[in-house]
Amino acid sequence: MSSPDTPQSILLAGLDGDNTWGIEHYMKRGGYSALRKVLESGMTPEQIIAEVKKSELRGRGGAGFPTGLKWSFMPRNFPMDKYVVCNSDEGEPGTFKDRDILRFNPHLVIEGMAIAGFAMGCSRGYNYIHGEVWSLYERFEQALAEARAAGFIGRNILGKGFDFELFAHHGWGAYICGEETALLESIEGKKGQPRFKPPFPASHGLYGKPTTINNTETFASIPWIIDHGGEAFQALGKPNNGGTKIFSVSGHVNRPGVYEIPLGTPFPALLEMCGGMRGGRKLKAVIPGGSSAPVLPGDIMMDCTMDYDSIAKAGSMLGSGAVIVMDESTCMVKSLERLSYFYHEESCGQCTPCREGTGWLYRMVHRIEHGEGRPDDLDTLDNVASNIAGRTICALGDAAAFPVKSFIKHFRPEFEYHVEHKRCLVPVEVQREGSRIYVEHAAC
Amino acid sequence: MNDTVSKETMSFALNEASRAAIDREVAKYPEGQAISAVMAGLRIAQEQNGWLSPEAIEAVADYLAIPAMAAMEVATFYNMYDVKPVGRWKIVVCTNLPCALSGGEQAAEYVQEKLGIGFNETTPDGRFTLKEGECMGVCGDAPAIIVNNTRLCSWMSREKIDALLDELK
Repeated sequence: MSSPDTPQSILLAGLDGDNTWGIEHYMKRGGYSALRKVLESGMTPEQIIAEVKKSELRGRGGAGFPTGLKWSFMPRNFPMDKYVVCNSDEGEPGTFKDRDILRFNPHLVIEGMAIAGFAMGCSRGYNYIHGEVWSLYERFEQALAEARAAGFIGRNILGKGFDFELFAHHGWGAYICGEETALLESIEGKKGQPRFKPPFPASHGLYGKPTTINNTETFASIPWIIDHGGEAFQALGKPNNGGTKIFSVSGHVNRPGVYEIPLGTPFPALLEMCGGMRGGRKLKAVIPGGSSAPVLPGDIMMDCTMDYDSIAKAGSMLGSGAVIVMDESTCMVKSLERLSYFYHEESCGQCTPCREGTGWLYRMVHRIEHGEGRPDDLDTLDNVASNIAGRTICALGDAAAFPVKSFIKHFRPEFEYHVEHKRCLVPVEVQREGSRIYVEHAAC
Repeated sequence: MNDTVSKETMSFALNEASRAAIDREVAKYPEGQAISAVMAGLRIAQEQNGWLSPEAIEAVADYLAIPAMAAMEVATFYNMYDVKPVGRWKIVVCTNLPCALSGGEQAAEYVQEKLGIGFNETTPDGRFTLKEGECMGVCGDAPAIIVNNTRLCSWMSREKIDALLDELK
């Protein structure tokens, strides 16, 4: 498969599919120049963090928290171990961008993590890679071996007295481990059950030591910021939304895939890059930031730009940048049923509102979809969702509640039709044609 | 546990290659944190044995010098560990929403039809076990199938499903 870059790419620029991920090509593309710059020009940790703050880089995993600020929470002059951890446990339905970074440009993540390690005084890091993408774990291990052999990780990097060791850890099928404290538990060899916060990882993280966890794409953005300056990165996007962002576009478009574009790009422009709507059908709804983000009707979405603030203003979240596109052939009840099943299946079981509530949500949406809904189910669903959100240790409870509340809010008549007529508003054969096996765009 | 599995086939010892692979994992973690290698250890034992029998889980725990229950908790929490016997080929089809919109669900129906089994079932000849997958993080490749945890198959049309199932003897 060819590389997924666009003319505006910086993270995925200049790649040639599976052929150029190795260190030799990475260095030809200017790789490891940022780490060299940091160590050889004598940049201080404070200067690096200031540069990252200027870039207005916000966490690419979903929360959108300012990265520079997060890094500044790490204790200075802490004499013991500190850790930097990369979250490549990409399993939020709709999200598949970190996969392409790891597949086509793994050294970018290694370089970003090494710079982060230097900026925060960490001498050890881990990259937690989603178990389902096994070949990427193996590739990352190979990339680490290359980087170690070239002296970019290990002891006394570039002879400048900086020690940084980096290792890969694989997940093995648990969505919850994308939650940062569940991920830490998982590295510690336990069930991935989120920790109560505070204390936050910056004070009590991996093995009880100060730890910063960032998303793969966040670390991947760091070398460019160091090479070109925080202001230049900021200027690629829009105020408070610095840089480019890799969007994972799935669903009813002609060319599903990853697209790296500047934050602030209008949604219709992104849709056009994806070849427009499949079969020329009409846009019905979009989940703009992964399955946990509230769904938005197509007409609202067409007025949005793809950045944290615009999507938040429209009532959803940019999240991980996973854009799930649904056309007029989609049954919203069936779609919600599948998502609700997912959260029920993936709840770690620790908090009662989530463990029990996600089951309630799924069973109720399931019975509506299967013609057994009752007139008061919609209000009960909303009520159950409200009683999960905000009442759990981690955000999985919220993530299960948001789709339910937003699907009913925006598509209530469709749910009511289901309850009343005991069948879909959209004829089943139309649904099946709209969501048939679609591989025409693929380089099979 | 499945009654048809005899006591004899359930006895388990980590072989040399598995022990060496676990040693490499243990070395990634700080002194005294060998427990961090339990996820990899269980994966390695599963690869050796075909599934994670209680004996295999215990062998990993013993090798890492951790309580057997700690390893059991991990083995039963993460869904790619098979704590019950599976067929020679475990086929996982993602049917989550993003995949379903591009045919994930219809691909799963086709596999069910071809194998004559439903999700969480194994063909009578022990060749295939079919599972419904949750997000694999490859939604752009829908329909997506993972074989035996490590082999990802993308854009699975009916023709490609035919070819895959023919290939897996």
